[in-house]
Amino acid sequence: MMSQAKSANASKRPLTYQEVWGRIGIYTFLGLLALFFLLPLYVMLVTSFKSMDEVRLGLIFSLPQHFSLDAWVKAWTSACTGLDCTGLQVGFGNSVKILVPSVVFSILFGALNGYALSFWKVKGANVLFACLLLGSFVPYQVFIYPLVRFYAQTGIYGSLPAIVITHIIFGMPVMTLLFRNYYSGLPVELFKAARIDGAGFWKIFISIVLPMSVPIAIVAVIMQVTAIWNDFLLGLVFAGRDNLPMTVQLNNIVNTTTGERAYNVNMAATVLTSLVPLTVYLVSGRWFVRGIASGAVKG
Amino acid sequence: MGAELSRHVKRNLVAYIALLPMAIVVIFAYLGTMAWSVRLSFSSSKLLPRYDFVGADQYLTLFDTPRWLTSLGNLAVIAFFFLLICFLLGTLLAIFIDQNVRAESLFRTVFLYPYAMSFVVAGLIWQWILNPDLGIQHTMHGFGFTDFVLDWVVNSEMVLYAVILATVWHGAGLVMALILAGLRGVDTEIWRATRIDGIPAWRVYVSIVLPMLRPMIITSLVLLSISIVKMYDVVVAMTNGGPGTASEVPAKFIMDNLFERANIGLATAASTVMLVTVLLVMAPVIYSQYFRKSGRAS
Repeated sequence: MMSQAKSANASKRPLTYQEVWGRIGIYTFLGLLALFFLLPLYVMLVTSFKSMDEVRLGLIFSLPQHFSLDAWVKAWTSACTGLDCTGLQVGFGNSVKILVPSVVFSILFGALNGYALSFWKVKGANVLFACLLLGSFVPYQVFIYPLVRFYAQTGIYGSLPAIVITHIIFGMPVMTLLFRNYYSGLPVELFKAARIDGAGFWKIFISIVLPMSVPIAIVAVIMQVTAIWNDFLLGLVFAGRDNLPMTVQLNNIVNTTTGERAYNVNMAATVLTSLVPLTVYLVSGRWFVRGIASGAVKG
Repeated sequence: MGAELSRHVKRNLVAYIALLPMAIVVIFAYLGTMAWSVRLSFSSSKLLPRYDFVGADQYLTLFDTPRWLTSLGNLAVIAFFFLLICFLLGTLLAIFIDQNVRAESLFRTVFLYPYAMSFVVAGLIWQWILNPDLGIQHTMHGFGFTDFVLDWVVNSEMVLYAVILATVWHGAGLVMALILAGLRGVDTEIWRATRIDGIPAWRVYVSIVLPMLRPMIITSLVLLSISIVKMYDVVVAMTNGGPGTASEVPAKFIMDNLFERANIGLATAASTVMLVTVLLVMAPVIYSQYFRKSGRAS
């Protein structure tokens, strides 16, 4: 009813034939494209609920005749990467182990950098920040080899700390930018008053600035959780055999299969890997868009 | 002067210490590694780094390597069509959604959800749908259209378009979301004024509204360009560079030479080429986007 009232309000008279056809055109265009965008998700879901006998019929667009969760169970507990058949649960655990410290520390550093950059006078800080931003545009391939050598020499190559540090490094530009822009919009009088009261750097940060940072911290969590969960390249190179994240394990399961390809298991595994970012996306709604936009909008 | 400087440092000492981690990251993890990569590109390093100097040999070899040239050409084709289609499709979606449609938030959610998924997932799922033995072609044959051919992922002439399809599916929603946000900020008076003058809606969009949304358009194109230059996961998952070398891309060329072909000199030369290209293109954009109005602290 609401939307009817709204559209009627826009014209305040019955629609002409031309306008009716216009509406039909709009909904047809949007509807067809919505089908195109949903097609992959639909195929993944229906296939993941089929048995292998049904998959062999080769009708990937048809609904499952016998609804089965076997493929999901197999993907989670016993799908094989080469000879290792322990399922995606291993990758899921690894991704969580990588995700939590990476998200926490990258956001803490982002907030700290943003605060120091927008409230304190530090000579050369803006030059550093410019370099950091420029670095975020450079393909990872430029940094990877020297980082591998550096980690190898310090003895942490292929370990959890190595991948967490790497995520902190590559998350720093956008996190710093996010918080710096947000803090630039806070009233500077607040800061000056606190200084006159004798509050120092950390006191102002912890008792004034951080409590005001909740909205931007939510945006930061959404951005970092999706980015780090979806990462493939860094996990592949730095995490090491025992900590490979879910995306890498998924690709290994799907692309190293020998013999008949278990498409139902593969697609269940793909949906499982997407569940975390999809949930974040569906729950966060407009905050997700805000995150994307603030990643590159001028300060 | 000296006394003043030391007083300034003393007053802000904690801030200097707090920014130390960022300084270390910038100097070592960004600038240092870049310099190291560039240095190695002038050496004869193979499996292990060597610190001799062979001039531009690696670059000459690089531009004599068919696989690298193919990668560059592929990236150019993918980037061109990807950016063009994402821009057109995303803009059209935003404009159509902005026409007071019902279930607007449903449409928005549907068009942007691929962007939340990983590139690996995007590559895998489109590989299945376009796989001739499994996906659309197989289904059409089942319906009796036995002449129907859709073999993009296994056809070296068409494989790039399969990659473009998967990446557009992943990225078009981003343009839609940013432009839609921009359209909501456009003054509704414009519509009233142009309606009175009898100007058709498409002209208003092309000549008035879209030029007003320039910042959103630039932002979305910059974000998409970064993702396409870094493109690696989607190709690895979808085609692994094949058939043959038909869908190789520079990022994958570098990774293969670093970790599989043990040719560090060649890989770092290739990464230096990417570095220089990106810096030349991005430096003016960054300058104009972030530093025209400098931060308050300066």
